[in-house]
Amino acid sequence: MMLAGAKTLFYKEVLRFWKVSFQTVAAPVLTAVMYLLIFGHVLQDRVQVFPGVGYTSFLIPGLVMMSVLQNAFANSSSSLIQSKITGNLVFLLVSPLSHWAWYVAYVGASVVRGLCVGLGVFIVTVWFAPPSFVQPLWILVFAALGAAMLGSLGLIAGLWAEKFDQLAAFQNFIIMPMTFLSGVFYSVKSLPGVWQQVSHLNPFFYMIDGFRHGFFGVSDVSPWISLAVVGLSFLIVSAIALRLLVTGYKLRQ
Amino acid sequence: MPAVRFQQVTKTYTGARGTFKALDEVGFDIEQGEFFGLLGPNGAGKTTLISILAGLNRASSGLVTVMGHDVRSDYVAARKALGIVPQELVFDPFFTVREALRIQSGYFGVRHNDAWIDELLSELGLTDKADANMRQLSGGMKRRVLVAQALVHRPPVIVLDEPTAGVDVELRQTLWAFIARLHREGHTVLLTTHYLEEAEALCHRIGMLKQGKLVALDRTANLLAGTTSTMLRFKTDQALPGDLAAQARITGRIVQLKARDAQAVEQMLAALRTGGVTIEDLEIGRADLEDVFLEIMQGGQAAKAIP
Repeated sequence: MMLAGAKTLFYKEVLRFWKVSFQTVAAPVLTAVMYLLIFGHVLQDRVQVFPGVGYTSFLIPGLVMMSVLQNAFANSSSSLIQSKITGNLVFLLVSPLSHWAWYVAYVGASVVRGLCVGLGVFIVTVWFAPPSFVQPLWILVFAALGAAMLGSLGLIAGLWAEKFDQLAAFQNFIIMPMTFLSGVFYSVKSLPGVWQQVSHLNPFFYMIDGFRHGFFGVSDVSPWISLAVVGLSFLIVSAIALRLLVTGYKLRQ
Repeated sequence: MPAVRFQQVTKTYTGARGTFKALDEVGFDIEQGEFFGLLGPNGAGKTTLISILAGLNRASSGLVTVMGHDVRSDYVAARKALGIVPQELVFDPFFTVREALRIQSGYFGVRHNDAWIDELLSELGLTDKADANMRQLSGGMKRRVLVAQALVHRPPVIVLDEPTAGVDVELRQTLWAFIARLHREGHTVLLTTHYLEEAEALCHRIGMLKQGKLVALDRTANLLAGTTSTMLRFKTDQALPGDLAAQARITGRIVQLKARDAQAVEQMLAALRTGGVTIEDLEIGRADLEDVFLEIMQGGQAAKAIP
């Protein structure tokens, strides 16, 4: 019975973003392509990060992963805040769905949205540089794990925020800086020593670095270390999200 | 086993301006198959009590059960037994009526429920709106969908929190006909309403809340019989003599005066005549639930039936 309930919520969450896919999938793909056109064009002949890898080729996996992460976050957080503000969250609150069902459905749908956008960005960018998949399993593992972590983080932000501007603050002051400072556009090795160390404290860095390793077989740190850091971050964020759901934080007074 | 049990339910809110007791040891049972009315002025605690029943809110102390299931420790069984029509007109703008009903049914683990969904749509006059987006519906239509959503998992206990607020006459008739059918089929109904004539016509038993306390609990007939007063109703455009004005309930041109007996009625009419007040549409009748309600809320009648 409970499985059917969780499945329904997952289906509803996927249907929700799919019904407005122009805004939730096509728009972020276009944004990523803009980044690629501008940065790729300006820097293609000036920067080489990995030996034998052009800047555009280097940039593509970073942009794909950035889109995956930002959209996974946006899905769970915006769905929750909209339901809270319009009041229709009551339909879920009166249902017998457990905290696990909420968690699995919201995070699962976030992963689907993140991967849809990531795939969209990837398909469009294929025209700009021929793709290489040296170790494709890492690509899948980091995309899924990164999306799940950001989906969980979106769940926390959606539960915490009471207004749209609070959610926007979470997105602009936490998610955006952490993604931009994670090495999407550069290798952290090109940074001065102190900033390299700061970057190594950012879990988003390991997501991008591990994901990129799947494409080129080279990365700033070992993918196993990245997997450990991302996996641990995911577990911590999930534990917090589940705790908030169990206690009914800002849901049930 | 009662359908719903409230046992010493207290709810205290602590805010910046101190603590506020929304419910103060409220306790009563609603038996299976009963049509129960919960009345009280705004802010009396009706919606808080219903929110605790539905799990939207948590009691500070006390116990609440639905069909014997604790709403906290056994929430899955309790919520499956309960169908709530919320007071606010809420909807999910992403979906059509049918999608919204299928989704709500799925949350309760009931899949392939289209036969019942079709019946609900038809009973509530929504069949031709089944594929319309929720955003396109009028307020009354949205209210019908809320009722359908609450009933989609066939709960034995139905809670209607002011379902007819701002609803036109036609929908009110449709709604009550349908709820009456469900009640005949054995469902327990808990109703809160501001329309006291609805409560008088529909409810077997009535509980009244005032400032978070249960101040009356009895069969509707007993509550009505409990007040011995007679009501004098008439219309006038003129001001009433001073002592009558002090005890009158005035709504626009309509004046209502409560009298103990026939002699008191005569005295009132005499006072009106002496004061030169011209009256129209004179009626003398028994007090109705509204009078009982006002009497209790003004603290006139002891809450005699409370155990």
